[in-house]
Amino acid sequence: MRKNSIIAVFMALPALTGLTLFVAVPFLIAVFLSFTNLRLGSPLPTEWVGHQQFVRILSDESVLRAILNNVVFAVSVVPIQTALALGLALLANQRLRGVTLFRTAFFMPVVFPMSLVAVVWSLIYAPGVDGALNGLLHQMTLGAWAAKDFLHDPALALPAIILMSIWQGVGLQMLILLAGIQSIPDHLYEAASIDGATAWKQFWHVTLPQLRNTLITTVFITTILAFRLFDQIYILTQGGPNNATTTIMFEAVTSTFRRQQVARGAAITVVFFLMVLGITMVQRRLSQEVVDA
Amino acid sequence: MKRTFDRALKTVLSYAVLGLCAAVMLGPVILMLVGSLKPDEVVLKETSSIVGLFTGKFSFENYKDVFVRVDFGRFMLNSLFITTATVALGLVINSMAGYSFARSSWRGRDSVFALVLALMILPFEAIAVPLFYEAVLINWRNSYQVQIVPFIANAFSIYLFYSYFLSIPRELEEAAEMDGAGPWRTFWTIVTPNAKPAFAAVAVIMALMIWGSYLWPLMVTTEETYRPLPVAIAEFYTLPPINWGDILAFGVMMVAPVMIAFLLFQSWFVRGLASTGLK
Repeated sequence: MRKNSIIAVFMALPALTGLTLFVAVPFLIAVFLSFTNLRLGSPLPTEWVGHQQFVRILSDESVLRAILNNVVFAVSVVPIQTALALGLALLANQRLRGVTLFRTAFFMPVVFPMSLVAVVWSLIYAPGVDGALNGLLHQMTLGAWAAKDFLHDPALALPAIILMSIWQGVGLQMLILLAGIQSIPDHLYEAASIDGATAWKQFWHVTLPQLRNTLITTVFITTILAFRLFDQIYILTQGGPNNATTTIMFEAVTSTFRRQQVARGAAITVVFFLMVLGITMVQRRLSQEVVDA
Repeated sequence: MKRTFDRALKTVLSYAVLGLCAAVMLGPVILMLVGSLKPDEVVLKETSSIVGLFTGKFSFENYKDVFVRVDFGRFMLNSLFITTATVALGLVINSMAGYSFARSSWRGRDSVFALVLALMILPFEAIAVPLFYEAVLINWRNSYQVQIVPFIANAFSIYLFYSYFLSIPRELEEAAEMDGAGPWRTFWTIVTPNAKPAFAAVAVIMALMIWGSYLWPLMVTTEETYRPLPVAIAEFYTLPPINWGDILAFGVMMVAPVMIAFLLFQSWFVRGLASTGLK
């Protein structure tokens, strides 16, 4: 028995070593750096500055704007994408000829790396009537649509990013929900229809409660992904116009690599982590209550 | 009579809604594909109208251009190599760890597992900056290993394996243990053959994540030699002269291998990803 425990520890060891070296240690370094004023190429000596760095970034206009943008992004993407994914999953779950083809179509964007999504969508968002989206809206409104420069309009840039992120993300969420729907035992539906429950009632009283855990899991994953927003921003808008699309990660990366403000970048990532941690805790709390109820 | 009519109407409506959704989801894909086949001077103009999309001249000129202008083959091989290596090694070590946490008891296991779960909520972005200094320190910048080694161990993969192993009935393993098999042998001979969906799920998720990763290779590859596709397309996107046809052709070729893999192994993708959300 003792020998088996030792073997089990060794089986976990390679992964634990990797996680320590490449996740835990870097994170501790980030926390440490965030309490200093390290700035590469600065003539001033590096000092321990306590929480000064945090005070500074939390009163910095672009950082606050970044946090707001991330919140807006998450609050828009999570409910919209979850609702759409559930709708698509229900649609794709019908017993219809060729329904798997539609399923494939819905899932297709998921295999697109975000950098490619950004590049393709920048063509869709191209300004003027020659842009695909402008052209489409122009034709649909019979010429009433005034062409917009989506990615350079402070009011439209973030919604444009939101739209393309949902396009890329909804398929995966649909797939997971679809699997959840298909794992609901048939006899529950049979019992419900014997009781005379309509399709709507069946959805409300059988599908949704049975899908609860899957829904919680996917909402959790989508929220965290929403806070990591970076690739689209870096490639398409560089946080602009006027910080309209800046995000926490964009601020952290540009502080570190463009302005060499290592400590500032580290402090921003620590704040970012605390936000993700907070969300996780709230979400766990909520799902716990649902389970208890 | 009315009933049959109702049912027919419902079917027609379902197809209409399905078709509309499919059109929205496939629109950008079709745009990319068609645009890549159009002469550059008309890409913008003709992709902005539905008629324009399907009329006019088509050619493979843009695809040839990509190979003339950049070393596309190199980027593709880089991406393929980095993804395959990371996923293969990751499957081995993360499944072993997941099994160790799910099935054996060793002192401190629960606290260590709690730490692993805590790391799961630590997004890569939160450590990218200090990890970059680690990479500089050991002189790994501009290499393959810097894009592979840090991502092999993955807390989320461990967790997925862990929950899957918990769902396997214990009897099989108990029988093996009765025969004197230790955890190592039980795992490789009894558990792994029964956990194919978990391996498929983790492989698909990790592969998509590594294949598409942008921030890290952007930070650590300044030379083209080790540059993967996502960074390469972002560079190509701003490489003068801006040529939309070429950019889209690059995109089509970049997504093609994953698309083919997905279409061929669709049931594995679906079954794999499915088993993760359920647990």
